[in-house]
Amino acid sequence: MDAEPLTKLDPAYTTVMRLEGALMLLPILAGTIALYVSSVLPIWVPGLLFLLIAAVLVIYLPMKRYRSRGYHISDDRLRVVKGVMFHADTVVPFSRVQHLDVEQNPLERMFGIARLILHTAGTHNSSVTLPGLVHADAVTMREEIRAHVKRESL
Amino acid sequence: MAPEDGWQRVNKLSMLVQLVRLGFQAIIPAVFLLYSSASDAKNLSTVGPIIGAVAMLVIGAVGLSTWLNWYRLRYRVGDSDVKVEKGIISRQARSVPYDRIQDVSLEQKLVPRLLGLVQVKFETGAGGKDELALAYVSEAEGERLREVVRALVEGEQAAEPAAQEAEDAPIAAATPPGRTLFAMGPKRLFTYGLFNFSLVIFAVLLGAAQQFEFLLPFDLWDYIGSFFNNEAVNDAGTYLSSLDMFARIAAILYALGVVLVLGVSTGVVRTFVRDWEFLLERTAKGFRRRRGLLTKTDVVMPVHRVQALVVKTGWLRRRFGWHGLSFISLAQDSGSANHDVAPFAKMDEIAPIAAEAGFSLPDETEQWRRASPKYYTDKAMIVGAVVTLVAMGNIVFGNALAGLAIALLAAVLVLREYFLWNFDRHALDPAQVLSRRGWLAPRLQVASRVKLHSVEIAQGPLARLRGYCDLRFGMAGGSFSFDGLALDDARKLRAAVLDSIAEVDFAKLPR
Repeated sequence: MDAEPLTKLDPAYTTVMRLEGALMLLPILAGTIALYVSSVLPIWVPGLLFLLIAAVLVIYLPMKRYRSRGYHISDDRLRVVKGVMFHADTVVPFSRVQHLDVEQNPLERMFGIARLILHTAGTHNSSVTLPGLVHADAVTMREEIRAHVKRESL
Repeated sequence: MAPEDGWQRVNKLSMLVQLVRLGFQAIIPAVFLLYSSASDAKNLSTVGPIIGAVAMLVIGAVGLSTWLNWYRLRYRVGDSDVKVEKGIISRQARSVPYDRIQDVSLEQKLVPRLLGLVQVKFETGAGGKDELALAYVSEAEGERLREVVRALVEGEQAAEPAAQEAEDAPIAAATPPGRTLFAMGPKRLFTYGLFNFSLVIFAVLLGAAQQFEFLLPFDLWDYIGSFFNNEAVNDAGTYLSSLDMFARIAAILYALGVVLVLGVSTGVVRTFVRDWEFLLERTAKGFRRRRGLLTKTDVVMPVHRVQALVVKTGWLRRRFGWHGLSFISLAQDSGSANHDVAPFAKMDEIAPIAAEAGFSLPDETEQWRRASPKYYTDKAMIVGAVVTLVAMGNIVFGNALAGLAIALLAAVLVLREYFLWNFDRHALDPAQVLSRRGWLAPRLQVASRVKLHSVEIAQGPLARLRGYCDLRFGMAGGSFSFDGLALDDARKLRAAVLDSIAEVDFAKLPR
């Protein structure tokens, strides 16, 4: 059952993650400037460190993350795969979905992508999030799953 | 109060309970305060009246707020929900629909019990503080509330399949004849208590000493210090060190004996207080459990709400064949997610209870599987390496004895992983998933396949390198996971479990 090909997320998701990484850089930039001004270290060290961290946060990690993520939707279950270091591969049968959310933060809205969140009644893994979907796709998926939930309970 | 529109207040006596509770909280510090100020007798005449006036003021304010709290708290059992409104200035109104109420449980602490009051809790599965509770109503009112709400809950759920026995329901609800499944008499309780060795009393004494130390007129630690520096004790010390080996061993044995006796008796007392008159019954509504000496609890668990069962034991009690059974359900049991249903029983007593809940305990025919040996090898290597490093550090810095002891510990820990690999196992029934974990005190967990909600395969960096993983099940009210399975095995298990989950819709699960 793990042979089925995983659907990739929207490429815009990588951009969003890059921007999020860039936002995380801001406090680090402040620290770098402070280090530079106080000149405890040789002048070139803070700048180099900053470039290294920036490369990891903005270029390397989003790429790895994007590659490690994927999902597969079949007629009665959704499989979500994620994790660069810590890998998680979760399957939620639609028959156990209690309610569904489609969420967007401002950054995601700029790029027209959304997160689909499935809530179950379980204590562990009670909500499973699938980020990086095209907004229209996320809504379609939500409707599909909802239709399934409704059909089953009738 | 006129309950014409259904709104009611809780019993007036609950004000008394509240005052008694507050009084106790205030009395202990007050006594200490008086004691410490009385040691300065001169000040007492000037400070006395002020203390008196403040005390009167505090008592008045507490009394007023208790009354206001009572006056502003009201509840109503309506057609579709239970409503509670409370708060003096900022009002809080809460409504819980019947189809979300898992159960209604009654609890009696000591003081309310003397006054014939109960606390009624409406369990929704929200857990802990978020549960709706009414403190306190009279015993009769509590029983009535429970019956009414339960009948309404049942009605709400029974309405869908068929309107069968609609007229029998209230009659059956009035007096459900219980069938005793499990009970513990004083003799059984005593045996149980013997295994509940606990040194909590020392912690309590130490905690109390720290809590109230500042109120004592002397410095406690100085006092203890001076006690040991005292000539007499000093003499005793030199005397003791001059004794021969035999007498010293005797003294140590005596001290150990005292600790043992104290620990065992604490265990017995605690067990008696918690589990006095333990009674588990099968009623028409489900399992009903009553227990408690000072705080009496009365809990009913509907059979279909049992998500999984856990059979636990201790390393010592297991040698005598004693095990404990608890249920994992949506509702909470005084803080813990598991409901004890037979805390101290033989396996042949546990099996019928499990069967009653719709589970079967594993027998010899069970197809047990083991986790990946790589998982245990890795764990043993990591634990062994860390502890050995500590041991080496100790030896290098001249603590040879401690170092050797720690090295021994490392060996034991490594050996433990080997035994764990031998003893940890899991299995898949047509209807349930089972896991048994632990070496000296194995813990058996049985969950119903259709009652699981999701399945996850999780891997850390090491696990990916070595090809094993954790298989985690989403279960309501608890956690359930198999650690360190071989990847193929986990995938097969997941596929099988998912198929049986997907077959049955959540709404069609027996409720």
